Amino acid sequence: MNFTLKVWRQKNAKDAGGMVDYAATGIIPDMSFLEMLDVVNEGLIAKGEEPIAFDSDCREGICGTCSLVINGVAHGGQRGTTACQLHMRHFTDGQTITIEPWRARAFPVLRDLVTDRSAFDRIIEAGGFISVNTGGTPDANALPISKVDSDRSMDAAACIGCGACVAACKNASAMLFVSAKVSHLGLLPQGQVEKDRRVAKMVAQMDAEGFGNCTVTGSCEAVCPKEISLSFIARLNRDYGVSLLKGVK
Amino acid sequence: MSLDAKIPSGPLAQKWDKHKFDMKLVNPANKRKFDVIVVGSGLAGASAAASLAELGYKVSCFCFQDSPRRAHSIAAQGGINAAKNYPNDGDSVYRLFYDTIKGGDFRAREANVYRLAQVSANIIDQCVAQGVPFAREYGGLLANRSFGGAQVSRTFYARGQTGQQLLLGAYQALCRQIGLGAVKMHPRTEMLDIVVVDGHARGIVVRDLVTGEVSAHAADAVVLATGGYGNVFFLSTNARGCNVTATWRACKKGAFFANPCYTQIHPTCIPVSGDHQSKLTLMSESLRNDGRVWVPKKKGESRRPDQIPEDERDYFLERKYPSFGNLAPRDISSRAAKEACDNGLGVGPGGLGVYLDFADAIKRLGEATVRERYGNLFDMYEKITGENAYRAPMRIYPAVHYTMGGTWVDYNLMSTVPGLFVLGEANFSDHGANRLGASALMQGLADGYFVLPYTIGNYFATAKQPKVNTGHAEFKKAVDGAQALTKKLLGINGKRTVTSFHRELGKLMWEKCGMARSEASLKEALKRIPELRAEFWKNLKVTGENNSLNQDLEAAGRVADFLEFAELLCLDALTRKESCGGHFRVEYQTPDGEALRDDEHYSYVSAWEYRGPDQPPVLHKEPLVYEEVHMSTRSYK
Repeated sequence: MNFTLKVWRQKNAKDAGGMVDYAATGIIPDMSFLEMLDVVNEGLIAKGEEPIAFDSDCREGICGTCSLVINGVAHGGQRGTTACQLHMRHFTDGQTITIEPWRARAFPVLRDLVTDRSAFDRIIEAGGFISVNTGGTPDANALPISKVDSDRSMDAAACIGCGACVAACKNASAMLFVSAKVSHLGLLPQGQVEKDRRVAKMVAQMDAEGFGNCTVTGSCEAVCPKEISLSFIARLNRDYGVSLLKGVK
Repeated sequence: MSLDAKIPSGPLAQKWDKHKFDMKLVNPANKRKFDVIVVGSGLAGASAAASLAELGYKVSCFCFQDSPRRAHSIAAQGGINAAKNYPNDGDSVYRLFYDTIKGGDFRAREANVYRLAQVSANIIDQCVAQGVPFAREYGGLLANRSFGGAQVSRTFYARGQTGQQLLLGAYQALCRQIGLGAVKMHPRTEMLDIVVVDGHARGIVVRDLVTGEVSAHAADAVVLATGGYGNVFFLSTNARGCNVTATWRACKKGAFFANPCYTQIHPTCIPVSGDHQSKLTLMSESLRNDGRVWVPKKKGESRRPDQIPEDERDYFLERKYPSFGNLAPRDISSRAAKEACDNGLGVGPGGLGVYLDFADAIKRLGEATVRERYGNLFDMYEKITGENAYRAPMRIYPAVHYTMGGTWVDYNLMSTVPGLFVLGEANFSDHGANRLGASALMQGLADGYFVLPYTIGNYFATAKQPKVNTGHAEFKKAVDGAQALTKKLLGINGKRTVTSFHRELGKLMWEKCGMARSEASLKEALKRIPELRAEFWKNLKVTGENNSLNQDLEAAGRVADFLEFAELLCLDALTRKESCGGHFRVEYQTPDGEALRDDEHYSYVSAWEYRGPDQPPVLHKEPLVYEEVHMSTRSYK
């Protein structure tokens, strides 16, 4: 298979950047999207040109490192799939493919397709945890937890923190990411103690980082590789409302 | 120098308690005076950094990924073992200890493994308190399953994402400490060297992967939790970034490297589809509960699998191991598949694959039941291969998965360089020659949550080293050395890419030092690796510059280390003239092809001392003394 790639190249955070055309030739359908980029990069290095910088690590859809907007869609538009698990057999021979980084004010581009997503870490640092120290915890079975709640908590906890939700959102909102953590911990009895404080702190940090607001278009849910449900945002809003009424800061 | 494992005296079951009492403490008000550097933020690194900060130490944590949440611990699927005995099926600390020692083919240190089994129960308590959503029963209590052939159900799990959930627990604990200002986190930062002052580890040199800036960081102790070296084979189930750089460069500074030849090959991975392949994907071993493994009897078979009649198929695991059949252990199943492919019977592209067939299971149980049990795995297989495994058999092939070898550490997890501690997959201590399923997560968290926080205090209370800062000559020397190496890599300006060297090294290692090793193959590898290394330093092409984000340069540094480390791995494999666990030497096997251990001559840990680029490494032996268990031979016939 052969493709024409239009790829965002940007030297560093200060560079204006722009789209550059490349030919991807001799691609086989069993290659993953990132392996296709590997092939293009090997060709560039051989010619003495700098390869296209992009983030990836586990390449099995769980670490959340890869972050490409492919033909305008975060992770390329195959439902429940990260870019590293997207394979070239889903493309048409001869097709033109555009590749861009996540675009959001809170995720500045570092180089080419690599962005700085540390804003997500700072949101977790603000309150995305249960405040227990190591040691001195009760026996794991001392606290029975409803299987229904536990499974629902796991649905939210499956978030890989890739940021596709932000990239897809016209407001660059991080509400799906924040709601997943607030729900994961808030659905469990261990997480009840500091539930109000957690949601207040995480939302404050989210706003401080420059993420936009949610207007419930659902584009985040559509691109989420772990199919995190939009209904968690409703839960986040409810929890946040309660914390406001209680005057928690 | 002689190796002292510092194993406490007394009965096995009381060693850890006794040691905890005997160790000296650091006064709570004095803890803030001690700086600790933690390199790596996986299960071991994140749990250690968080726990040390909670105690009051001043912690700096470094990872090469863009966030500490991305470490490769996140990809572990199966589960985590703990001797809780919740199912009331006869499990105990002693049984978990014994299973782990036996599974490791009697090449692990008894006292360490017993401690691991002891603290395993605390890990589950800790994780539940943090909000890890383990699977539960309708009554609200935790669910358990049996894993990897264990006779008791002691594995806790969170769907197929146990590693992810445990890592997020540790990550959140770490984030809490970062938010409180107790940990300074340095993501996108790669460790390039250890700084040793007066014989003690006192800091590290790192490169900022965004700006290229090289800087030094001083501390009172350094903790490496930097994972395994599976990527020396280029293709493995490890993440792309996994590397040996931290532990190898520590080895060059005096931290002996133990048992590098103990590498684990996992039998159920998706086969390589072509030369472009960048990594291999593991599929849960549970598939072998219902799938049947076979190859065609005829070489060069060109028919579709469903057109090959029963009597022209060789169900080789069922034939060779009638009592275990398709459930034979990892190392045995892997070798049998390789043998079939070596005989020209392999299926799929390049003939490197065997069938894992669910046709019988679908006939017996119905497609709905098979879908219920393995649906997510069948989906994953289809995503990668584009094939529907309900219609045609899956193709599987073994792949490198975990490395049991690592930096030699004593009972306190301290290396041969005082003040340098090594945790998790990066050390060698608990899995012997073969790791059991669901034990890696247990060990990483045991080291970080429940072992290091005790032993590091004893080091501070007894070592009493003066404070140093990065102005010290040793720091300057290390920074200069790191910068010179970068400059050298950028200046070669040859013709071959980093990946082409890495791929060639990996292929060589897989063929000569992979699932089956022989004196001849190892000697050939030992001849070929220095040649490849020499070519690397003459003909490498690295693009770009130092002072920017340069992934080509990052990869070059890592591959340079793999090219040195690979030689040690082969040398260790050549020296160990026996077969045990993940190390199979074709010369040492029983008449029916099973691993033949030599307890009389090889019941020791091989710890290698680096002596310089032009000198052979020196082997030090730590004898393995079994006070409690009786060494036996594994049999799966």
